[in-house]
Amino acid sequence: MSDALLFDWVIPGLKSFIVIFMVLNLAAVLLWIERKGSALIQNRVGANRASILGILPFNVGFLNTLVADPLKLFTKEEFVPDGADKFVHSIAPFLALFPAVVTMVAVPFGDTVEIMGRTVELQAVRLDVGVLYVSALVSMGVFGVALAGWASNNRWALLGSIRGSAQMISYELAMGVALVSMILFFGTLDLQAMVRQQAGLFLGVLPNWGIFYQPVAFIIIFTAGIAESKRVPFDLPECESELIAGYFTEYSGGKQASFMLADFAESVMVAGLVTTLFFGGWQVPYVTSGQGLQLPGMASPLVLPALAVTLMQVGTFMIKVLFFCWLQILIRWTVPRFRYDQLMNLGWKGMVPIALANLILTALGILLWGDMA
Amino acid sequence: MSPFLFYPLATMSVIFALSVVLAKSPVRSALGLVAVMAILAVQFAFLQAHLLAALQIIVYAGAIMVLFLFVITLLNLESDRGIGEKPKLSAIGFGAGAVVAGGLALAMLGVVEPAARAVALPEGFGTTAVLARQMFNRYFVAFELTSILLLVAVVGSVVLAKRTAAENSEGVTGA
Amino acid sequence: MTIGLVHWLVLSALLMAIGAIGVVVRRNVLIIFMSIELMLNAANLAFVAGAHSLGLMHGQSIVFFVMTVAAAEAAVGLAVILALFRNRQTVAADEIALLKW
Repeated sequence: MSDALLFDWVIPGLKSFIVIFMVLNLAAVLLWIERKGSALIQNRVGANRASILGILPFNVGFLNTLVADPLKLFTKEEFVPDGADKFVHSIAPFLALFPAVVTMVAVPFGDTVEIMGRTVELQAVRLDVGVLYVSALVSMGVFGVALAGWASNNRWALLGSIRGSAQMISYELAMGVALVSMILFFGTLDLQAMVRQQAGLFLGVLPNWGIFYQPVAFIIIFTAGIAESKRVPFDLPECESELIAGYFTEYSGGKQASFMLADFAESVMVAGLVTTLFFGGWQVPYVTSGQGLQLPGMASPLVLPALAVTLMQVGTFMIKVLFFCWLQILIRWTVPRFRYDQLMNLGWKGMVPIALANLILTALGILLWGDMA
Repeated sequence: MSPFLFYPLATMSVIFALSVVLAKSPVRSALGLVAVMAILAVQFAFLQAHLLAALQIIVYAGAIMVLFLFVITLLNLESDRGIGEKPKLSAIGFGAGAVVAGGLALAMLGVVEPAARAVALPEGFGTTAVLARQMFNRYFVAFELTSILLLVAVVGSVVLAKRTAAENSEGVTGA
Repeated sequence: MTIGLVHWLVLSALLMAIGAIGVVVRRNVLIIFMSIELMLNAANLAFVAGAHSLGLMHGQSIVFFVMTVAAAEAAVGLAVILALFRNRQTVAADEIALLKW
C-alpha cells in the first residue's frame, strides 16, 4: 500500500470509523447506565430481568438493555401515520441522529502516535475550524426535530416539535456566544491546539485547565448543551410523564430507536465538547507527553515510555467523557423540569446576557493580560 | 479537486436544485435546498474556503432554512400542483430558462482560464485568521454596516410579524 | 482532466438558471423565495471558485457579506410573507397581484 494512500485515506477512515463506532456504542451503554443510575437514585433495583432462554441462573439487566432492547426495537413494525409525508417521516430520525454522531469526529482523543515513521494525530479529522464544525452540526440537529413533528400529521406532535426546535435554536445562541469567548481565550479554532494549550500547571499546583480561567463559560456551555439535547430539566418537548413522547409520538421501531440514540449521542457530544474546552481533553494532570510524570514538589520528572503515556492520555479522555455523561444523568434524575416559558426566559433573558457579559470581560482580560497562546 | 469528486457532487447539486423547483410539497423543496447548501459547503471546503464552509452550514443551512421550515410549518401550507398549476406558462418558463442556462454556460466556457499559478495558494488561504484580518482592515466599514443591517432586520421582522391588538382580541372564535 | 475555473463557473451558471426558472415558474411565494436563495448560493459558489483560482481573498470576503445580507433578507422577507398570509390567507403569487379587489 502506498504511503499516500495509507496516510491520507486508510488511517483517517479507520480513525473516523473507530470514533463513530465508539459513540454509537457509548450511546447504547449510556441507556443502561441511565436505567441503573436512576434506580440507585430512586432507591430501587432497576433493569435486571433478562436471561438467555432461562440458562443463566441470575438476571442480567445489562444484557437486556444492550442486546435485547435494540434487537426488539429494530425488528418491530414501523407505522407511518395516515396522511403523513412518508419520505419526510422516514428521513427525520436520520437527520436527528447524523449530526449528533458525527460531531465527535473533530474532538481529539489523544496526542500523537508514530506509525511507520510519521506522526499521526489521535483525532479523526484535523480541522482548522473545529469549534465551528461542532457548532454547525449542533445547528443541523434542529432539522430532525422540526421535521419529525410536522411529518407525523398529528397536531400535538407538531406543537412538541415547534417548541423543541425553538428551544434548540435559543440555547444554540447562548452556546455560540460562550464558545466565542473560549475561542478568544485560546486564540484558535482548532480543538487539538486548544487541548495542547492546557498542558502545564496553573499557580504551580492545579492543572492548567480551561475551567480555572472561564468558569462562567463552562456553566453556560454545559447548561446550553443539556438544553440542546433536550434532557431534563429541559425536556418539555418530549417529557415522558406528561406528553406521550412529544415530537416523536408517531414513531415506532427502528426510527424511535434512532431518536433515543440521538438523544444519548448528543449528551456524549456535549460531554466531549466540555471535556475538550474546559477540562484539558486528553491531558493527564502532571504528565507531559515528552517528559513523563512530574508532580508538584518532584525535582525531576519520572520518565515514562511513550506508549504508556499515550494510553494514559486516551484513557483519561474516556474517563472524563464518561464523567460528564454520568453528571448529565445525575442532573436528569435530580432536578424537576422547567415550564416552557421559564425555559425560554432562562435562555434569552438569562443566559444570552451573561454570555455576552462574559465575552466582553474575556476580551478585556485578553487586552490586559494576553491570551493562552 | 479530483474529477471523481467534482462530477458526482455537481450532478447531485443540480438534481437537488431541480427538486427545489419541481417539488409539489414546500417541505420537500426546503429539504432539497438544504441538500444543495450542504453540497455547496463541501465544495467550499475543497476550494480552500474553510471558514466559509462552516459559515454556510451555520448561517444558511442551520438558521435560514430552519426559519423557512418554521414558516412553512406554521402556515400549514399544503402541496399544490407545482408546475402543473399553469402548464403552458410553465413550459414557456422552462424553455426560456433552458435558453438562459445554455447561454450562460456557453458564456462561461469562453472564460479564459487564469494562467497556472507559479506558486501555490498563499499561506493560510481561506482560514479564519486571514479572512478576519480582511474584515477588520480592508472591509471594516462594510462589516460595521452589516451589523447595523442585521439589527435593523431583527427589529423589522419582529414589527412586521407581530399581531396587532385588533387581531389578538378576535380570539379563538374569530374568523 | 483537472477541474478548473470553467467547471465551477458552468456549475454556478446552471444553479443560477435553475433558480431563475423557479422564480418564474412557481406560484407559491415561499418557493419563489427559496429559488432566490438558490440564486444567491450559485453566486457565492462563483465567487469562491474565482477566489481559489486567482489566489486572492477578496472573493471570500464578498461571500461573507452576501451570506450576512441574505440572512437579513430572509428574516425580513419571511416576516412579510407571514403578514401577507394573515391578511390574504393565501401564498399564491397570482392571487395577491391586486392592491384592492
